[in-house]
Amino acid sequence: MHRPGMLSIWFFIGALLLAYGVLILGAGLYELAVPPEHPVVHADLHAGIWWGALLIALGSFYSVRFAPGRNKK
Amino acid sequence: MNQRLLSLSPVDLAIIILYFAAVLAIGFYLKRYTKTGEDFFLAGREMTAWVAGLSFLAANLGSLELMGWAAAAYQYGILATHWYWIGAIPAMLFLGLVMMPFYYISKTHSVPGYLKLRFGESSRALAAISFGFMTVLMSGINMYSMALVLKVVLGWDIHFSIWVSSLTVAAYVFLGGLLSAIFNEVLQFVLIWLGALLISIIGLIETGGWNGMVERIHQNFPGQNFTHLWSTLGSFSDNPMGIHWVGIVFGLGAIISFGYWTTDFLVVQRVLAAKDVRSAKMAPIIGSGFKMLVPFIVILPGLLGLAVLPEHLVGEGQAVATGAHSYNEVLPLMLARYCGPGLLGLGITALIAGFMSGMAGNVSAFATVWTYDIYRPFIRGNATDGHYVSVGRWCTILGVLVSIGTAYLVMQFQSIMDYVQALFSFFIAPLFGTVVLGMLWRRATPAGGFWGLLAGTVSSIGMWAWVKIDPLALRYVALSPRAKDMAENMYRALWSWLICVAVTVIVSSLTRPKPVEELTGLVYGCTELPSEGHLPLYQRPIFWASIVAGVFVVLNIIFW
Repeated sequence: MHRPGMLSIWFFIGALLLAYGVLILGAGLYELAVPPEHPVVHADLHAGIWWGALLIALGSFYSVRFAPGRNKK
Repeated sequence: MNQRLLSLSPVDLAIIILYFAAVLAIGFYLKRYTKTGEDFFLAGREMTAWVAGLSFLAANLGSLELMGWAAAAYQYGILATHWYWIGAIPAMLFLGLVMMPFYYISKTHSVPGYLKLRFGESSRALAAISFGFMTVLMSGINMYSMALVLKVVLGWDIHFSIWVSSLTVAAYVFLGGLLSAIFNEVLQFVLIWLGALLISIIGLIETGGWNGMVERIHQNFPGQNFTHLWSTLGSFSDNPMGIHWVGIVFGLGAIISFGYWTTDFLVVQRVLAAKDVRSAKMAPIIGSGFKMLVPFIVILPGLLGLAVLPEHLVGEGQAVATGAHSYNEVLPLMLARYCGPGLLGLGITALIAGFMSGMAGNVSAFATVWTYDIYRPFIRGNATDGHYVSVGRWCTILGVLVSIGTAYLVMQFQSIMDYVQALFSFFIAPLFGTVVLGMLWRRATPAGGFWGLLAGTVSSIGMWAWVKIDPLALRYVALSPRAKDMAENMYRALWSWLICVAVTVIVSSLTRPKPVEELTGLVYGCTELPSEGHLPLYQRPIFWASIVAGVFVVLNIIFW
């Protein structure tokens, strides 16, 4: 797991979550601006926005914390 | 049911495509770190307790875990939680505290490999051939089931789903072996949680919390009890599963779960990849902590479905006949209910990740058992390490191709699914009897181990065939003519384990045991286990196991 130069699994996870967060937050904001014709139950909670924000926060943390060059053990 | 349940938006598709790209990228990236047999088959034995523990759990989360158990929760209520709590937690803790040190210290590559060291070549051969055969068949069945789900839920072509998903798994396991499988399983574990958790959160908001959900279930299904774990198990007829607490405690909790969690190489292989004995002990304990939480993303959506879905779901046969939605569709229906664009893609990705992690688990375990327990001892014993890595890589491809073949076979002959799943269950309970006696009883002899394993397996098959031929036999095998399939499985496992143990003890007492010096590192009482006395309390596996055990007891009391 800690071979010289090997990226941490948590970096991969962070990067993917960050990308997902951006996509989901974007979709949530678009739905806020242009409400869909057939909204899901509890669309008023705007789950896409806060779930996307959560993924961005988690993804950013893991991407930075385990970024190449910082993961030296 | 020709109409698909869900429609994906471009952003949902982007999320799914990104997932496939990520798992393949991880495989390509890790190929450079997979040079030796130790790297390919055991991920270099360098995994931390956390990574091994999460991978251990993710490999089990595969197959039809998410969809299947959400459906079971809709059908049987909270009773399905027994498969996560009493049907997993004690066994996982036992694996970590008692059995893992022997697996690890013996330096075996696999569970059949341990049997070779403890009981000899014949036990290893029986275990390896059965495991290898069943694993690829199960992998194919899971593959077909996944493709079927994607067809029903998304309208995807069944051949497209089978080939794309299986070739993706083949590619990343071929490239990076167990290392790649474990990396992807941890990624898949995170995605499964983040994709499925939202259903439970929004569902509880809709029902006004747990009490509101229970109230709605009582309104929708008056007179039925879907929300108590133990209070309805005093009689076969008082609960929707038709099971008695004896079957749950002794069949599921004591035999099936111990058999699966402690001897199924699919999950044990992940823990063998841990970097040291303490990590190997901690990994199942960490896994058990998360396992206890899985009902929150699997069982709770099923219960919420009982509370909020306007229509009543039905069994698969009735669904096909009437066009109604089946139990198996509860999770996609809940996804469609709460998840808009983006979140829907994440939820579908969670389902695909679950299927793929299970498939990768099967394929990587198959490659290891084939290479180390069949190819090396019986076909070519003196080749180089590089040769075995090469065999392992090609075996991955072979395993996937056989799995695809099985998937197509199941497509033609649906009943094969029932037979193969039953066949798989024949082996697990007796294997647990053999392994646990081998580890804990120094008097167990090679002949006792082999004949006990064989007798347990054959008797299990015999009981299954007896009930198939004469359904009235159910009253003897499962102690009740009203017992359902699951209850029958519990009791069959219990009997076959008892037969395995009895035969092992009798044959062992009549044959010559191995000298004590040959049992070092393999058997309790003949092995010096590393002391943990110098570690602070919070670093000791027993401390965390006690916490998990305490929470396990409290949860069972709360939901009694």
